[in-house]
Parts: sequence; C-alpha cells; structure tokens
Amino acid sequence: MKVRSSVFASFILIFEVIGVALFLRGFFPVPVKSSFSSKSSLSDLPAEPLTGSSPNSSRLPQPLFKRVVIMLVDALREDFVFGPNGRMFMPYTRHVVERGSSHSFVAKARPPTVTMPRIKALTTGSIPGFIDVVMNLNSPALLEDNLIWQAKTAGKRIVFYGDDTWVRLFPKHFMEYDGTTSFFVSDYTEVDNNVTRHLDSTLKRDDWDILILHYLGLDHIGHISGPHSSLIQPKLLEMDDILKKIHSALISKEAEGSLPYLLVLCGDHGMSETGSHGGSSEPEVNTPLVLISPAFKRKVGMEQPGVVEQVDLTPTLALGLGLPISQNSVGRLIQGVLEETSLRDQLRFLHLNGHQLSCLLKDSVLEYEKDPGFEQFRVAEKAHGNWMKLYLEGNTSEVLTNMGKKVLKQYLEALAAMSSALSKQLGKYDMYSMIAGMVFVFQLLLVLLLAMPEALSGGAAVDLPVLSALLSLPFYLLCLLLASVHVLVCTSAESSCYFCSLSWGLVFAAVAFSSAMFCILVSIATRRLPLGPKIHGKSPLRSSGGEWSLSELDVLLLAGTVGHTLSLAASSFVEEEHQTWYFLLNTLCLAVFQDVCRKYFREKRGSGEEEEHLLPSKDSHASDHPKAEMYSEKWLALATPPFTLVCCRLLRSLNQTGVQWAHLPDVGHWLNSSEHRMVLSLLSAFCLVLIYLLVQRRCSWVSKVALALGLLGVYSYRAAVGNVLFPWQHAGRTTSKGTVEARFVYVFVLGILFTGTKDLLRSQIITADAKLKSRGLWEIYSGLVLLVSLLFRAHNLPVLCCCLLIQTLMAQFIWKKLHYDAAQTTIMHYWFGQAFFYFQGNSNNIATVDISVGFVGLESYVEAPAIFLTALSTYAGPLLWACHLVCYLSSERDRSPVAVGHGCYCLALLRSVPAAAYIVLVTVLRYHLFIWSVFSPKLLYESMHLLLTAGVCLVFNTMEQSHSSSKS
Amino acid sequence: MWDHEIRAMASSHAIIAASVFMATVLPAVVLPGFSVYGSHLLWIYSVSGAVTAVSVAVFWLLGITPPTKKHTLGYKLSRLFRSCLYFFLSCLFFHTVVVLYGAPLIESALETFSLAVLLTSLTTLRCLCVLGPNVQAWIRVFSRHGAMSVWDTCLQITVACTVVGAWVGAFPIPLDWDRPWQVWPVSCSLGAMIGFLTGLVAAPAWIHYHRKQLTYKCK
Repeated sequence: MKVRSSVFASFILIFEVIGVALFLRGFFPVPVKSSFSSKSSLSDLPAEPLTGSSPNSSRLPQPLFKRVVIMLVDALREDFVFGPNGRMFMPYTRHVVERGSSHSFVAKARPPTVTMPRIKALTTGSIPGFIDVVMNLNSPALLEDNLIWQAKTAGKRIVFYGDDTWVRLFPKHFMEYDGTTSFFVSDYTEVDNNVTRHLDSTLKRDDWDILILHYLGLDHIGHISGPHSSLIQPKLLEMDDILKKIHSALISKEAEGSLPYLLVLCGDHGMSETGSHGGSSEPEVNTPLVLISPAFKRKVGMEQPGVVEQVDLTPTLALGLGLPISQNSVGRLIQGVLEETSLRDQLRFLHLNGHQLSCLLKDSVLEYEKDPGFEQFRVAEKAHGNWMKLYLEGNTSEVLTNMGKKVLKQYLEALAAMSSALSKQLGKYDMYSMIAGMVFVFQLLLVLLLAMPEALSGGAAVDLPVLSALLSLPFYLLCLLLASVHVLVCTSAESSCYFCSLSWGLVFAAVAFSSAMFCILVSIATRRLPLGPKIHGKSPLRSSGGEWSLSELDVLLLAGTVGHTLSLAASSFVEEEHQTWYFLLNTLCLAVFQDVCRKYFREKRGSGEEEEHLLPSKDSHASDHPKAEMYSEKWLALATPPFTLVCCRLLRSLNQTGVQWAHLPDVGHWLNSSEHRMVLSLLSAFCLVLIYLLVQRRCSWVSKVALALGLLGVYSYRAAVGNVLFPWQHAGRTTSKGTVEARFVYVFVLGILFTGTKDLLRSQIITADAKLKSRGLWEIYSGLVLLVSLLFRAHNLPVLCCCLLIQTLMAQFIWKKLHYDAAQTTIMHYWFGQAFFYFQGNSNNIATVDISVGFVGLESYVEAPAIFLTALSTYAGPLLWACHLVCYLSSERDRSPVAVGHGCYCLALLRSVPAAAYIVLVTVLRYHLFIWSVFSPKLLYESMHLLLTAGVCLVFNTMEQSHSSSKS
Repeated sequence: MWDHEIRAMASSHAIIAASVFMATVLPAVVLPGFSVYGSHLLWIYSVSGAVTAVSVAVFWLLGITPPTKKHTLGYKLSRLFRSCLYFFLSCLFFHTVVVLYGAPLIESALETFSLAVLLTSLTTLRCLCVLGPNVQAWIRVFSRHGAMSVWDTCLQITVACTVVGAWVGAFPIPLDWDRPWQVWPVSCSLGAMIGFLTGLVAAPAWIHYHRKQLTYKCK
C-alpha cells in the first residue's frame, strides 16, 4: 500500500497521541481513595476500646470548640509571620504567637501549590494528585467526603466570604456567602475589601458556627511584583488588622461556661522568590498555621514553630468540632490542640483518628496487615483497652498516668507510620499501562524512522506492506501471544491497572494493531537490510542528492536535535530548557550568517567557477536584475541573521523564565508596573501597527479592512481591561472585563478565517489557481495572528511582532535565496517555534500557564472555549511557526512539488523523537526526587505539544491533498 | 610531501602549548592566592598575553607571515597599526556575539570582555600572524575549499577547535551543581583553552595522516 508522506506522518502521530495518552493514564497515580463512595457518619464510629467487657459508648467526646473562624490568606508565606520581618509585617499576630494562648506551626503544603488543590486538601484531608490541577481548571462541586459537608450535615451553620472557588466546590453548603473572582490579577485591593465589608456585621451576629474567609490580595501582589515589593507590607498590615478585629470580637462575645472559640490563620500555599507558585521549593511549600483559642496555654516567648503537614488541620478541625473525620483524609491530629483536655479524651481522639487511617489503609494497601503502622495501631488499641479498664475501675495512681502516656506515644507513632504509608501510595505507578503505551509509541517511531529514505525521496510516498503483514502467519501468532500475555498480566496483577479495565474489544484492537505494526516494522527493516550499511551513514537531509557530505548547517541541525533530546534527562536542563533553545537558535543564526557571507562575498570576489556549478539558477537569475537592486538585496540578506540575533536577545530579556534565574528583573515586569503604563501603551500600539503592516501584504482587501479593525479592537480591549491607556479615555472610567471589545475582535477573526477558507475552497473546486490558494492560506494565518494578538498580554505583543518580522525577512532573503530544502527549513521553523514558546514567558512549570486567557470575551467560565483559548495562547509560538511553514512550503510548490510532504514528515519526526525519548526517561527516572515537580509537568507539556503537532500535520495533509487534486 | 612544514608546525605548537602551561604555573608559584578559578580574570590575561607574545615571536621567526611588498618603515608601521586595530575589533566582535548568546549586557561586562580577549588571542591573533591584516585572505581561508597551504589548514583546524570548545563550554552553566567552574565565564574560557590545546595537537596530526589526500591550488 503506497501512502503519501504527509498522510503517513499524520497517521503515525495520531496513534502516537493515543499511545502517550495510555502512558499518561498509567503514569499519573490515581489519588488514594476509600473504596466506599459513601461518607463517614457518626453512627459508624468505632467504640472506645475496653478490654474485658462489651464496648461502651461509641459517642464522640465533647467537642472542643463552639465556633471556628478560619482566615485563609492566599500565598501567605511562613516567613511573613515567623520570619525576622514578621514583627514589622504582622505585629498583632506576632504578639499573639509569642504571648497569647495560641499554637503556631509551619504547615507543609504538598505540590502542586495551586489554590484549588490546596483547598481540596484542606477540606478533605487527602492529597489531590498532580493530574487534578490539569483536569480541574474549572472546579466542579467536590463530591468526596469533606469537612464542610460533614459540618453541614451536623447542622453547623457556615458563612463564607472570599475566593469563589469555594463556592463552586461547595455549592449550597454555606448559609451565607459572597464569592469574589480572582479574575483580575492586577486588582489587589478590591478583592479583599469585598471580603472585609461583611466582617463587622457578621462578627456581631450569633447565628453562625463556622466562618471562613479567603483573602486573595496577597497572592495577586505576589504575581504582580514578587515577595519583596513595597506593596507587601501594607497588605500584611491590613491582614493583621483584620485578624485583630476578629480576635477582639471573639473575645468580647465569649461567654462564661460555654465552649471556647478557635481562630485559625493559615495560608493555602507560599510564594516563590519571583512571587509565583505551583512548584515545590521551600518558600512555596511552607505556610504558617496559627491556632488561637483560650483553650490553649498562654505562651511565654517565641518558640521555633513545629512542622506539620497541611492536611493535618482537617482531622484536627473535625475532631475539635465533634465531627467524624472525612474518609480519605491522610492527616493526623495535631496533638498540641489536645493538651488541656483529659487523658481519656486525648486517647479517644487519637483512637478515632487512628481508626479512620487504618480503614483507609485497609482499602488502599493490599497487604495492610504487614504494614508497621497498622500493627502499631493494633497494639496501641489493645493497650488503650487495658488502660480504659483500669481507668473505669477508679484507679488514679501515678502508674495509670504513665501507662496512659505510653499509650499516647504509641498512638502517635502509629499515626505517623500510617500517614506516611498512605502518602507513599501516591507514588505507585501502573506499570503495565505505561509499558503498553511505550511499546506503541516506539513501534510507531521505528516505523517512522525506517521509512525515512522513502518519505524524503522525490516521490514523497511510503510503501507500507499492510496487506502482506495482515495475511502473514507471524501476525496471527503475535496476536495470540500478546492476547495471552495480556490475560496473564491482568489476572495476576495485584494492583488495579487501567489497561486491564478496558473493554475486550478495545484491547483486542490494540493487540491486533500492535502486532500488525510489528510485522510491518520487520518487513520494512528486511527491505532496508541489503542497503543497510549504505543508508546508515547517509544523512536524511541529503538523501535525495545521494551525496555523503553534510554541510555545517546539517551537522548543527542534527546535533542540536539529538543533543536537545539527550539534555531532557537532566532535571536542570528540563527546568532551563529555554536556555537550550536560545543557545541552539543563536548558533543556527550564526551558521546561517556564515552561509550568507560565504555566498555573497565569494561571489563578489568573482573567483567562483565553483559557485556557478553550485548555484546556477541564482546567477542566471541575478543577471537579469539591475545592479543596484542586487546590491541592496545583498545587504538586506547579510543584515537578516544579525537582526534576528538582536531580536532574539531582546526577546530573551522580555520574560525571565525557568527556575535559577527567574527572579532576575525583566523587561516584562518593568513594562507592567503602573508608572510605565505610557511606555507600554506606546509599545503595544507600535507593535499592533507593525503587525498590521507585516500581515496585510498578502491579504485580500476585505481581510485587510477586517484585520485593521480587529487590531484596533485588540487595543481597545487592552484599554478596557486597564493594561494600556486610551488617548481620549475618561479619567473616571473604571476597568471592566472588556467582553464587548473582545467579542468585537472575535467577529473579525471569524470573518478573516471564513474569507480564507472560502478562498481555499474556491481555489480547489472552481479554479486551480495557486495564487488564490496561497492567499487563502495566508488569510487563515493572519486570522490566527489576530486571535493571538488578542490573547497575548500587552507586554508580549513584541514577541508576536518579532515573530512576524523574522518570518518575513527569513522567508524573503534566506530560505528562498539560499535554497534550503524542505527538511532544513522545517527544522529551522521548529527551532524558532520552540524558542518563541519560551520567549512568550512559558516554562516547563505548570504555574506559568496563563489561565486568565480562557476568560477573554466570556462572561463566565465555559469549559470548551476556555481550554481552547488557553492552549492556543500557550502554544502560540510553535503554532504560528508551524502555520508559517505550511504557507511557506506550499508557496514553494513550484520549486519542489513534494515540499509539503517532506515538511510534514520532518515535523512529525522532530516531535515524536523527543516525546518518545522523554517517555522512556520519565519511566526510568520515576523514583527521582524531582519527578513530580520537574519531570511530570514537562511530560504534560510534551504530550500537549504532540497533540497539537498531530493537528498541524492534519492541516498539512489537507494542503497536500488539495495540491494533488489541483494537479490532476 | 610537506614533512618539513609539518615538523615546524608541530614544534611551534609545542612551544605555544608550553607557554600556556607556563602562564598557568608561573603566576601560581610567584603570586600568592593565584588560582585558575579564584582569580580567573588574571589567569585569562596571563594566558592570552603569553599566547600572544609566543605566537608572534614563533611565527615571525618561522617567517610564515606573508612577505610585505614594500619594505619602508611607514608601511610596516601601518601594518602593525592595522593589526592592532583588527585585534581590538575582533575583541568587540566576540564580545557582541557572547552578549547575543545571552551574557548579561552590563552586569559582568568585564568578565565577558576578558573572554572575548582570550578568544581573540587564540583565534584572530593566529590569523594575523599567518595571513597578515588582510580581510580578503581571511574570507578565502574560511570559505569551503579555501585553504592554499598547510598553514591555512592548520589555522582552520585550530580556530574551529577553539570556537567549538568555547561553545561546548557553555553547556554546564544551567546545571544546578554549584561548582566554582560553573561561574561565568570560567567554563567557557576553560572550554576555549582545552579546545585550543586540542587543536594544537590535532592540526599537525590530521595533516600528517591526510598528507596524501591534501592538494592545494596554487595562488
């Protein structure tokens, strides 16, 4: 079966995406969950252990607190309260911590340190998996057993003010609520005032039991200007005042005889030195936890705060309020809270916590009985029973107290052991699914690689022996073998496995596909074998000519691709991947510069019988032109690579990204500060004009007008949102969401895309007009540019501008004039695309994904467009370069008719090699210390990029299809 | 075919390599507190000074420098002046390239410039010695199939090795090992130095083994 290279490449990519998806499903662990979907209730609480007689009451001990106020300050870092500056930032809190009746701890948050998973962790006590962040950009209602649900069921009245994530997670749980969106990161006063304004009236009332406040302002300041900005101190002083207000109100309300109150000050996550969060560095993970209640002992001076897990707050609060601990909680009781209660109650609380943990352990660990924590718990429970027996007999001796203390210690040890065993569960991988996915991807990659000589030949078609493979005996034998392996693995597997839980039809399809691929692989390999040694040394880039020599540029392109793939094995190189790409791109530009110099300077010397032989077309072409034009062209061509280099250097300092140098000041931050708004406005206006000038050249006049209006709309959108100044803006105008302006732009984007598609269709169906067709393609491209310019932040518009400028110059003076072939051009486009991905401020960390893009032009969160827009703006760089590649290669069709096919094949190869290599690396490094913080976000980025490339290859495919149809 | 020239090349390279060695060891003996990492800039200057002095002396004694057409003092002076100018311009060129590669523009300008001086004294200076201040000849030598003598080939090899060495030297900078040699520009200058020494060894060896295949066009 003969297949065109582009069809072949897209086919391979699509199946690779499926393979990678299977791998991802196996790689990201499913969070520890109890097998019962129900929620724990008071009735199934265990009885207090008592040896000898029948168990006595199963009731909970008296709750410790009557009212609880939780004040959650987003991105409150531990050193803001406990650090040397704490006295200055939060004087009252510090006073309470040092002298008041309080307990203070450093609570460790688990990565990903992003608000939504942190809220889930605080309320359910479980540790949300990494994949939770990605799957739940929109947070639907939390269905798991959680503290809020328990409180509501127990009849507690809950009041909530703050981040509306809570409202979405817990709909109908709150008696009274007011959610504020964290929509505008630039706003850090209004969000907090929206919370505080309710405070006075609420604190006066008596009709609530739990009050939750979530302040967002500090987080926003961190995102804008980092943890050392001058805005931090006033904000923290404001928070301190609020805490003082709540505390004094609670003190004044307190009545004799009733239960005491509890005031909790905590942070959901910290902030890094750059002010962002999401990773697992110390300042991001360490948050303060201050518990204030008259039930505690008064402190006598600053002590080093103890370290607890963030999830430990959940069982503590649950037991403190007399509620059952939620089922999936892996936290353990903070023992300090119990210090003033009787020993009996203390033991009872610890027993309840231990019982809940052991139930969870039973559900999630297969051999739970051998777990040391579980054994310890059993021993402690027995000792507890003995102690109870003595206690109830009225023994009050010293011995009993000591014995009780020993039981207490045993309980604490058991809790620690069980909690850590449960946390370790998170690191279990579904190896069978991973290996299955890996095998798929590698088979496909090998087929792709082996088909290289054919795919890059003049015919650009690959001969796949599908039919002979399907009818061969080895195929059926392999099918049987793989199916039996599957059955064997699935029946003997101890832990749950995704690939086994698939339906039989799907599994059989996968098995048949895999064995067919294997047969094809073998038959292609045997076809290559006689030529083996010859092909081995041959470069893919020069295979058409049959030459052995590689130019310096080819060596660089190959070495760069291979070197980049290898560099992914080091965590630092993954964190600083942008450096790799900038470095390679720079070297590429210098190599191109050398090529250009060589061409033009040797020509000038006129000593070239060789050039005439090398570039006959060029010389004959040049002689037609007037001398002056050639001269200017020469200097423009010579200036292009240095200009590109300068552009790249400037863009590099626009957004500092990565980890090691991310804290350095960059131009982007400078532009975004409020005193430079004028500069930003001028810059973005200039960029928009330049974008218009660069894009309109090849559009029809309708699209020209639409583009101009659309770009005007982009500027007014930015003005409406408040990023840039409008010349005739009213002074008193407040910032809005800019929905109208954004929709205005969307209309023009759709219009331009429509015109482009119409042109394309017309060129295919009615007239086989190449000119109309390239115009249609360009119009689609310009629609994309307009959309991206709307989605990019104002300070990122120069990135788009430089991208277009470099594309124009390179296409005009370098790629065409120096006769680079399709493969070389594709690799260059790919490198530029990768570099621009990082120029726009992305990194291999989830935290840099700009989710606010998903709201542009929308009133509220709508899942599909939000995901689409976020993906588009994140991958704008690679996408724009890939689209330009399509435009460029199809305009080059008269020079080389198979250029599009070659380009598509090269793009597929360039993407699948690092993706496949990375999958293996991640599997090998799965117990690496940085697997969750560094390698797995990168894995998600890689797979997303693979998916997008598959999409681009499909576009290539249609383009080539239309070529062949217009040819015939 | 060119046994005599190869022998001359090998011995001159040995002398230059020895000078690099001496420039590293002597200050370490004489000056207290001198080390390659600790006082890196001093090391760069000492090495580039030694290489400059020794190469100029060696190539002048060997008489490889193209013969001057006129023998007037004024012409010689102007050649000397142009050589110095080219040397300085090449320093600026390397500095620009390194900044384009991402070196900080203002913060560590001195370090960057020192690296540029080192690279210049390892590459451009040799060009000046072998080819004279003649840009046309440089372009010829560094274009494909442009070598016209054994010395041209040798020049190509050493220059390429030095530049590639400096390029490779930049790789370990992003790694988070916190080693003294990861500080800017230690790894790059060490890379350039190692590349240069490799080039000094490789050039005569390569020419020796390929002497049958090498053919040069006459001028």
